[in-house]
Amino acid sequence: MTAAPVISARGLDLTFETNDGPVHALKDINLDIERGEFVSFIGPSGCGKTTFLRCIAALETPTGGTLRVNGMSAEDARKERSYGYVFQAAGLYPWRTIAGNVKLPLEIMGYPKADQAKRVEKVLSLVDLEGFGKKFPWQLSGGMQQRASIARALAFDADILLMDEPFGALDEIVRDKLNEELLKLWERTQKTIGFVTHSIPEAVYLSTKIVVMSPRPGQIYEVIDSPLPRSARPLDIRDSEEFLQVAHRVREGLRAGHAYDE
Amino acid sequence: MKAVAPILTVLAAIVLLWYAGSVALNAKWTYDQAARAGESVTVSQLLSDTMSQKRPVLPAPHQVAQGLWQGLAGQAITSKRSLVYHGWITLSATLLGFALGTGLGIVLAVGITHSRAMDLSVMPWAIASQTVPILAIAPMVIVVLASLGVTGLLPKALIAAYLSFFPVLVGMVKGLRAPDSMQLDLLKTYNASQGETLTKLRMPSSMPYLFASLKVGVAASLVGTIVAELPAGATRGLGARLLSGSYYGQTVQIWSALFTAAALAAILVGIVGVIERITLKRMGMA
Repeated sequence: MTAAPVISARGLDLTFETNDGPVHALKDINLDIERGEFVSFIGPSGCGKTTFLRCIAALETPTGGTLRVNGMSAEDARKERSYGYVFQAAGLYPWRTIAGNVKLPLEIMGYPKADQAKRVEKVLSLVDLEGFGKKFPWQLSGGMQQRASIARALAFDADILLMDEPFGALDEIVRDKLNEELLKLWERTQKTIGFVTHSIPEAVYLSTKIVVMSPRPGQIYEVIDSPLPRSARPLDIRDSEEFLQVAHRVREGLRAGHAYDE
Repeated sequence: MKAVAPILTVLAAIVLLWYAGSVALNAKWTYDQAARAGESVTVSQLLSDTMSQKRPVLPAPHQVAQGLWQGLAGQAITSKRSLVYHGWITLSATLLGFALGTGLGIVLAVGITHSRAMDLSVMPWAIASQTVPILAIAPMVIVVLASLGVTGLLPKALIAAYLSFFPVLVGMVKGLRAPDSMQLDLLKTYNASQGETLTKLRMPSSMPYLFASLKVGVAASLVGTIVAELPAGATRGLGARLLSGSYYGQTVQIWSALFTAAALAAILVGIVGVIERITLKRMGMA
């Protein structure tokens, strides 16, 4: 099993039927994601990065090709609760406390009561929210809410974490801090992470593999394996020569993929 | 407290207009009486007489206030002349009907949000039901149920429910559909069942909508009960009080019953409002 990729797409196609005719959202996507990788999807809007992530989560159904998640079909993987999903908005329930929100998936998945409390405490400390369990979402800042939503996705035993522009709505200072924390979290939990973003520095800073996508139809333009060290990436690594080179390559890829047209 | 002055001004204007109206409307009877006796009427006589007739066309405010006071506090509350007694009869049917209507509205709304077939088949009937005047339906329901041996509280409650289920249904359908696609997707990633989605997401999200509907529903329920008390010669309840008042030209009695009904409605809506505030505050949604 160790050799088999966690996520594997072959010739994946997705066409939406809309009132204005068919929209080719994904075209011939081929990609393998190995266990423990941190893979970023970057590209302009309409390049299908979010759609592809939603396909992995079985929230969209591809119209062609094959997609295996944890060796199963994406639909079966969803039913097996193989992944945690973090959306662009925190989407916490206002009527639940932070602990109550993190507990939500555990209740649905039928974890024993005693275990629930232990897990909530563990993941809240993992995202630096110890002591905030009894607060309500409106009492927390946007960044803290998003951390709580990450805790919610980590609370159950899924070894894949799918994140759809989780920090897109936050200001850059908070975003930097959360990026740094996310890397630490990834190192500690050994999860496989799929991360959608449209920020080049964010993608380069976080990833072991950067998937550059281009629009109309959404397809993979280039997959860049990051030469940056896997662990120990302080924030100021972003000033290093290596980092800038990777960022430059991503930007070139986006340009060649017509990301800057219009 | 800045609002006190405008509120009092409006209230004073209403009372003043009311007095003017009762003088104008009741003057005819005063003049007729005077003409029959061959006397003339001075202005002061006109004013004092129009405000103290036994069966005025429009009773003056103080007459209604007196009637209200008489009805509420001047009788044993078990007396047939007590507005407390009649109010309680109406209130009990209102509350039963409101409970039935709310229950029915919620159950139908849950069905409609989960089944496209129900959405298409039930919703048009629910809307159609509200286009039929309640005054046309109430007597039929009362008569049909009476012929089956069902009388008293239940027929009235059913008509109250008939009026009150609709706002609850409409509000709850909207409320249960309030969660956005992201929140529904989130539960899908947990592979949550429809039942879990209902209890953990849809129901809590619908609370603000539910309470807005309940306020309309409880008032509608009271109207339904009063209308149900009008036909078939009911002898108890505010509706019956209105009817007997109009039979015997007891306008003061009609107005007293009307004000009692209005106050009852205001109290009921107020209670729902208080429960709403407490609930939503506890849910962190207020």
